[in-house]
Amino acid sequence: MSAAPIDLPRWADTALVPLVSVAAALVIAGLVVLGIGESPLEATALLLRGALGSAEGISFTLYYTTNFIFTGLAVAVAFHAGLFNIGGEGQATIAGIFAALACLWLAPLPGVLLVPLAVLAAAGGGALYGLIPGWLQATRGSHVVITTIMFNFLAATLTVYLLVEVIGKPGSMQPETAEFASHAILTPMHRLLAPLGVKLPATPLNSAFLLALAALVAVWALIFRSRLGYAIRTVGANPGAAAYAGISPARITMVAMAISGALAGGLAVNEVMGVQHRLLLDFTAGYGFVGIAVALMGRGHPVGVALAALLFGVLYQGGAELSFDKPAITRDMVVVIGGVIILFAGALDGLFRRVVASLLRIGRGD
Amino acid sequence: MTAQSAPAIELSGISKRFGPVQANRDVSLSVAAGSIHGIVGENGAGKSTLMSILYGFYEADSGEVAIGGRPRRIRSPADAIAAGIGMVHQHFMLVETLSVVENVVLGAEGGAWLSGGVSRARAELARLAQDYGLAIDPDAIVGELSVGFQQRVEILKALYRGAQILILDEPTAVLTPPEADQLFSLLRALRDQGKTVILITHKLREIMEVTDRVSVMRRGEMVAHLATSETSPPELAEAMVGRRVLLQVEKAPRPRGAKVLEAIGLDLVDARGVALLSGVNLTLHAGEIVGIAGVAGNGQSELIEVLAGLSHPSRGVVRLGGQILSSADRNPACLRKLGVMHIPEDRHRTGLVTAFPAAENSILGYQDDPALGPGPFLSPSTIAARARETFAAYDVRPPDPELKTAKFSGGNQQKIVLAREIERAPKVLLVGQPTRGVDIGAIEFIHRRLIALRDAGVAILLVSVELEEVMALSDRILAMCGGRITGERMAEAADERDLGLLMAGVTEEAA
Repeated sequence: MSAAPIDLPRWADTALVPLVSVAAALVIAGLVVLGIGESPLEATALLLRGALGSAEGISFTLYYTTNFIFTGLAVAVAFHAGLFNIGGEGQATIAGIFAALACLWLAPLPGVLLVPLAVLAAAGGGALYGLIPGWLQATRGSHVVITTIMFNFLAATLTVYLLVEVIGKPGSMQPETAEFASHAILTPMHRLLAPLGVKLPATPLNSAFLLALAALVAVWALIFRSRLGYAIRTVGANPGAAAYAGISPARITMVAMAISGALAGGLAVNEVMGVQHRLLLDFTAGYGFVGIAVALMGRGHPVGVALAALLFGVLYQGGAELSFDKPAITRDMVVVIGGVIILFAGALDGLFRRVVASLLRIGRGD
Repeated sequence: MTAQSAPAIELSGISKRFGPVQANRDVSLSVAAGSIHGIVGENGAGKSTLMSILYGFYEADSGEVAIGGRPRRIRSPADAIAAGIGMVHQHFMLVETLSVVENVVLGAEGGAWLSGGVSRARAELARLAQDYGLAIDPDAIVGELSVGFQQRVEILKALYRGAQILILDEPTAVLTPPEADQLFSLLRALRDQGKTVILITHKLREIMEVTDRVSVMRRGEMVAHLATSETSPPELAEAMVGRRVLLQVEKAPRPRGAKVLEAIGLDLVDARGVALLSGVNLTLHAGEIVGIAGVAGNGQSELIEVLAGLSHPSRGVVRLGGQILSSADRNPACLRKLGVMHIPEDRHRTGLVTAFPAAENSILGYQDDPALGPGPFLSPSTIAARARETFAAYDVRPPDPELKTAKFSGGNQQKIVLAREIERAPKVLLVGQPTRGVDIGAIEFIHRRLIALRDAGVAILLVSVELEEVMALSDRILAMCGGRITGERMAEAADERDLGLLMAGVTEEAA
C-alpha cells in the first residue's frame, strides 16, 4: 500500500514511457553537442539523413538492426523466465565458432544444405553456451548474472586460442580463419533483391535480416501462444505457482537459457556468415550488451524489441555518418548518446513512469 | 456517547475516485477518543482507501479531516505521524535482518549517530513494556520472531513515534487464534490508557469481541454506525452485504462412500533435519469432508503439500483408489491427471500468477490439456471462452477474463482458483485456507460449493486455521500438533474445548 505500484494503461506503458525516455535522452545528448560548440539540430538532421536518407543508409541501418533484434530477443526470452542473461556476447562468440567450423568443414556440401546447417550449428552453439549457466543456476543455484558474464570472458579467450593455435588461417599472422567458400555465406541483400528489379548499393545487409524478422514472429508465438511460453512466463512471474502447476522451474530455466543463447547466435549468423565470411576476434563488438537495453526498452515484447532495435540501428548508422561529417563529434560522442538512451530507457525508467502517471491523472481530471 | 471530549477523529464528507471507481462517497466517521472502533466491510468496500486517506497515502478529492477537534490537512504519512496517527499494516513493514530496537528507531534515529536514538528507544521500549504489557526482547532479530511478535514490533514502532491513534488493517489475518487473543487484550490495555484504536477487519467475531463501536461500509459508503453491544453478527453481515446472509452452513448427513485416498506412516523431514510430519495416517472416503484442526505451523500445510505432490515424504506411502502411488506419480501434473486437485492455502504465492490476465490463471496446472489448443500451442480464444463460462457459473466479478488477476478482490481471486480446480471433476480435493482474506458473501458461496462437491461424492481434505470453519464443514475432524495426528472426532461429537486440547498436543493417552 505504501509505495503504490505505478499502474499505467497499456498504451502508455508500451509506447509513451519509452518515447519520453528517448526524448529526454536526446535532450541530454543535445546539451552535450551544444557543449562542444556544435548545433544539436544540425547534428540530429545529419544523423537522421545518414541513417534514413538514402538506400545505402537504410541498408546499413537495417544491418545493425538485425544484430540488435537477435540480441534483444535473446535477453527478452530470458527475461520472461525471470532470468537476466547478460551473456549474449559469449553465446554469440561460441555460435560464431560453431558456424565457422560448419562453413569450413562442410564446404563440400551444396549451399542449400550447408547454409541451413551452419545456421543451425550457430543456434546450437549459442544454445549450448546458454544452457550451461542455465544448468548451473537450476541445479547449483549459481546466479546466471554472475556465470553469464564470466562465460563472456571464457568465450573470448577460447576464440583467441582457437584462432591462434587451431583453426587460424595457415601462414597468416592475423587471428582469423580462412575465408568461407562463396556458397557457404548468406546472400547479400542487394544480390537477393536484384532479380526482383530492386537496385540496392552493396552493403553488409544480408539475408540474416529476414531470419531476424522470422525470429521476431517465432518468439512472439513461443512466448504468447505456446504451452512452453506459458510455462516460461509462469516461472518468471511466480516460481511457486509454477511448481504448483507441475511446471519444473529448473527445467524451464535451462530451456529458456538455451533458447536465449540460440537467439544470441543470430548475431554470429549475421556477422560471421553474412558480413565477414570468416571467424575473427571480437566480431560481437558489444551488440550483445546493447541487446539488454533493446529488450528493456521493448518491454520484452517482440514488437517493442523490433522498434528498439531499429532505433539503435538508426543511432549506430546515423552516428557513424555524423562523426564522418562533423569531426568534432567523434564516434565516442555517438557512443555517449547511445549510453544516455540506455541509461534513460533502462535504468531510469521508473523516473518517467511516475511523471507520466501523474500527468495522465491530471489529464483525466482526477 | 458521552461528549466529555472532542472525538479523536472526525471525518466528514470524504470522497475519493480512482478513474471510474468511486472508492469513497461522502463518507463521514466519528471516532471517540479512548475507544476501540471497528470498521467492517467486504473487500473493496472502501475501508482501506479511507484509512489510506487518513494516513496520508492518498488525498481525498473532497471532505474534511479533524484530529482531536482541530481541522488537519494530511498529505503524507509524515503529516499523519505528526498528528499522532500510527498505522499497522497487514503486511509488515519491517527489516527482518535488524533487531527489534533497530526497527523501532528506523526513520526516527534522531541524528547522525545511531547510539543516541537506540538508547532512547531502549528506555522507551522498557516503559512501553511496563505500561501495556508489551514485553519483547529489544535485541531479538525481527526475522526470527513469530508473526505475533513481529506485529508487536509494528505496534511499538507506532507508539514510539507518539501515536495516540492506532490504525490496524486486518491485524488477525496472519495470527493464530491464541495470538489474536493476545492482540485483543493488548488493544484493550491501550484503550484503557487513553489511546484510540481503529480496527479494520471483515471478521465479525473480532468486532463483537473487542470493539466499542462499529461502522459498516458498503460500496464506498458508510451504511451504519452502531454500538457493538447493541448489534449482532447477523445484523452486521446484512449491513455489509446488503442482503440476509447465511452464517451457518447447511449440510445434510450423507453416508460416506468407498476409501479413495489413504496415507500410511508419512514422515517428512526438512533440510535442517527437523521433523515436519511424523507417522501421519489418514484416510479419505468419497463424499466426505475431513477437516484438520490445528494451530498454524503444526504440519497441516506440509501434509497437503505432500499429498499434492509438491514435496516428497521421507517415509510412508500414499494409496489412491487402492493403488500405491509411485514416486514418479507423486508430482502435481500426474496427480491432477489422476483426479487429485488442490486449492492451495496461499493464492498469491502458489495458486495464481497475479500478473497474468484472469483467463491465463484459469488454466494454471492444466496448460498441457490438449483441449486448450492445437499441438504445442494454446488458443487464447478457447481459453477466454471457457473462462467466461466458468466465471459466470462461479459469479466471479467482474466476469472479465482479460483483466489482470491482481485487480480482482481476494474473494474473486479465490473463486477463480476454486472454479479451476472444481470444474475439472476432482476425485480428491485438497483445500487449504479456502476463505482466508475472503469477504462474507464469497465465504458463503465457497462453503456451499464445497458441500455440494462432497454431496456429489468427492473426497475433500480441508485445512483451515479457522476452527469454526473446520467444525462447520467437516464430517470428520483430525487434530494435528507438532506434525502428528493427535486425535480424531466425528464432527457431531466434536466440541471446541476438546479439540483445543488435542490441538495443544494433549492426547487421550497422556491425559
